[in-house]
Amino acid sequence: MAVRSDARVVVTGLGIAAPNGLGSAGYWDATRRGVHGIGRIARFDPASYPATLAGEIDGFAAEELLPGRLIPQTDRVTRLALVSTDWAFEDAGVRPEEFPEFDMGVVTASSSGGFEFGQGELQNLWSRGGAYVSAYQSFAWFYAVNSGQISIRNGMRGPSGVVVSDQAGGLDAVAQARRQIRKGTRLVVSGGMDASICPWGWVGLLASRRLSTSTDPARAYLPFDGAAHGHVPGEGGALLVLEDLDSARERGAPQVYGEIAGYGATFDPAPGTGREPGLRKAIEVALDDAGLAPGDIDVVFADGAAVPELDRVEAEAIGKVFGPRGVPVTVPKAMTGRLCSGAAALDLATACLAMRDGVIPPTPHVTPADTYDLDLVGARPRTAQVRAALVLARGYGGFNSAVVVRACDR
Amino acid sequence: MSRRRVVITGVGVVAPGGIGSKDFWQLLTEGRTATRRISFFDPSPFRSQVAAEADFDAELLGLTPHQIRRMDRAAQFAVVAAREAMADSGLEFEGLEPHRTGVTIGSAVGATTGLDQEYRTVSDGGRLDLVDHSYAVPHLYNYLVPSSFAAEVALAAGAEGPCTVVSTGCTSGLDAVGHAAELIREGSADIMIAGATDAPISPITVACFDAIKATTPSNDSPESASRPFDDRRNGFVLGEGSAVFVLEELGAARRRGAHVRAEIAGYATRSNAYHMTGLRADGREMAEAIRVAMDEAEIGPEAIDYVNAHGSGTRQNDRHETAAVKRSLGAHAYRTPMSSIKSMVGHSLGAIGSIEIAASVLAIEHDVVPPTANLHVPDPECDLDYVPLTAREWPTDTVLTVGSGFGGFQSAMVLTSARGGAPGGRTL
Repeated sequence: MAVRSDARVVVTGLGIAAPNGLGSAGYWDATRRGVHGIGRIARFDPASYPATLAGEIDGFAAEELLPGRLIPQTDRVTRLALVSTDWAFEDAGVRPEEFPEFDMGVVTASSSGGFEFGQGELQNLWSRGGAYVSAYQSFAWFYAVNSGQISIRNGMRGPSGVVVSDQAGGLDAVAQARRQIRKGTRLVVSGGMDASICPWGWVGLLASRRLSTSTDPARAYLPFDGAAHGHVPGEGGALLVLEDLDSARERGAPQVYGEIAGYGATFDPAPGTGREPGLRKAIEVALDDAGLAPGDIDVVFADGAAVPELDRVEAEAIGKVFGPRGVPVTVPKAMTGRLCSGAAALDLATACLAMRDGVIPPTPHVTPADTYDLDLVGARPRTAQVRAALVLARGYGGFNSAVVVRACDR
Repeated sequence: MSRRRVVITGVGVVAPGGIGSKDFWQLLTEGRTATRRISFFDPSPFRSQVAAEADFDAELLGLTPHQIRRMDRAAQFAVVAAREAMADSGLEFEGLEPHRTGVTIGSAVGATTGLDQEYRTVSDGGRLDLVDHSYAVPHLYNYLVPSSFAAEVALAAGAEGPCTVVSTGCTSGLDAVGHAAELIREGSADIMIAGATDAPISPITVACFDAIKATTPSNDSPESASRPFDDRRNGFVLGEGSAVFVLEELGAARRRGAHVRAEIAGYATRSNAYHMTGLRADGREMAEAIRVAMDEAEIGPEAIDYVNAHGSGTRQNDRHETAAVKRSLGAHAYRTPMSSIKSMVGHSLGAIGSIEIAASVLAIEHDVVPPTANLHVPDPECDLDYVPLTAREWPTDTVLTVGSGFGGFQSAMVLTSARGGAPGGRTL
């Protein structure tokens, strides 16, 4: 296929693994009803740590869903990614073996790779010696593992990639996937998945100094609330099947959730420069790329850091673009915790489902602080026609990304 | 609409055997090797005890104590290399529109050295399952998520445009620069600071490559342990380092009178969808990446003057790659010099793709191709011209550089001199 810089790139399949639901049907059912998946960490005893709550995925039986030989060589995050990809293909009605092999690629985001696997092998190294380190360590933990394993399992020989931009990565991956499709690859699996709820990962996350120390799952992660005091981390994310619109129509895709219509990314100015943070610029670039005006956006899926200073920056950026209370804003990740690179990919999938069903999911337990002047979709979901959604994501250290997803008439 | 052309106007290198692109090029053209017995820790418990270490003094190279404290060694490399590249470019970064300058840094294993050290401490030498956070370095999050590498380079450059780390295993260094070139081409940025870094010489990395016998056990002769394409090769030699470039749109670079070092004329990546560490002997996917990169550059195989090989020095790689080059360049493969600088500077995982781009740029500038050191006994299965032992004066206008990595990634890039018109007769 030839390069077509204006080719329309659409989402045709969703694969979701989230703390409040496995599979897109279960996740969406829980999310629109405001059911959260946050609780005291069960995977290990968190009593010795200042933060004890996380969004953990329960009931994921990888052994029943994947070939046995993949289990010993994969971290939990890769099993989640492989199974979510299977679900996304199923949803899209795609049998990868029927696609030309160089016409399919994989672009994923990762924040910490197979970190739990890495903890086990570091422990083997330091407590027992180098000879006890697994032969799988060389590839089970690194950031490229999910893209590699997805491409192998599904015979995808087209362009693949991996980006790391902390929480913004999920959107950056999708933008890169769109780029590859526009350069001629028919189908790209893209999104993000992270799962580092292990003691070693927890110590790393604690070092961000942004974790909530609350022990009440309903009060721990309250983005834009006056009582915001940090976030709850979670595990999971989403993998999406992205395709060239013409190609998707030609093969009779069962549905087109929406079009990846616009993307913008910026990095914050160095501290002390007095320059405005980069989020507003990222939004403006994404809108411009989509050819839409602020008034065309029906909902904003906010990043929702739940750190007062970061909430203020985000609320100001949204306010400057859309005006005070100018657009409905929601943070469904308040129900899952922040999933690192999986978070924005999941928000994008959620935006697709919101467009399909005309429902904006809620931000449970949050009473937005008046100073932010946001029209936050609070405890209850809101019925609304959603023709275009803006998804925002920010990564630790200054990364800002924005994606516009737009309904696509068939 | 004519395509925006992307050129390299600044080069910075941190490599074993030399900090700075000048020392690096001298090492390569003299055919010296920077591989040695590992000095960073006692390697005697390990099967492979050899590595190409960089003699890197962060403070001497201008990093402040705060920067040193919060950055993993790999991030420090990237910042030092970026500073050299920015100075080399002659750009006045102060006067630029910050949102039009972006950063892409490749890394295969992130802050693995920092994580290894920190794990050892917080676990009290592996004794604790519930590792103790109160013993962690305050900036541990920067090690956990290596997007901190790109963030540090962005801060150093004052860049506020698109910023990310690319982490596709051992092709990261090619893919990061390829990605950056794409951003300029499509108009998302005017200037990109792009390159790659890795500092993997730590016990966990050595142990994990020991476990699959990927690295050399030639511990008695460290200086000649990296022997790509030689029949006696027995694994790669781990390395470390960074190379970072300033990329600009050609017209803008010419208007400001920049010294254009080379053009990134074509780039592509493909996956082998075969095995996380294994390669099929036919080289089909790498050949496809090469073919697409040449297409993008609008050149045929005959235009390639030099192939900068992945040449890791494992039997499976060297044969796979030789097959891929023959498959994509045809008869021209036999007429084209092809060498592996990993014979001298080792294999720095995600960084090496960028370090090899730097070598390719320097080859174009000097009309000299670096040798494959330690190549005394050719592998009969590898029958191309691998430039054994000594650098060669060779008219070099167009270079193909390739990479191959765990996860099945295969990438290729075409670099040209940008001296005259465009390759393939395109006009400006």
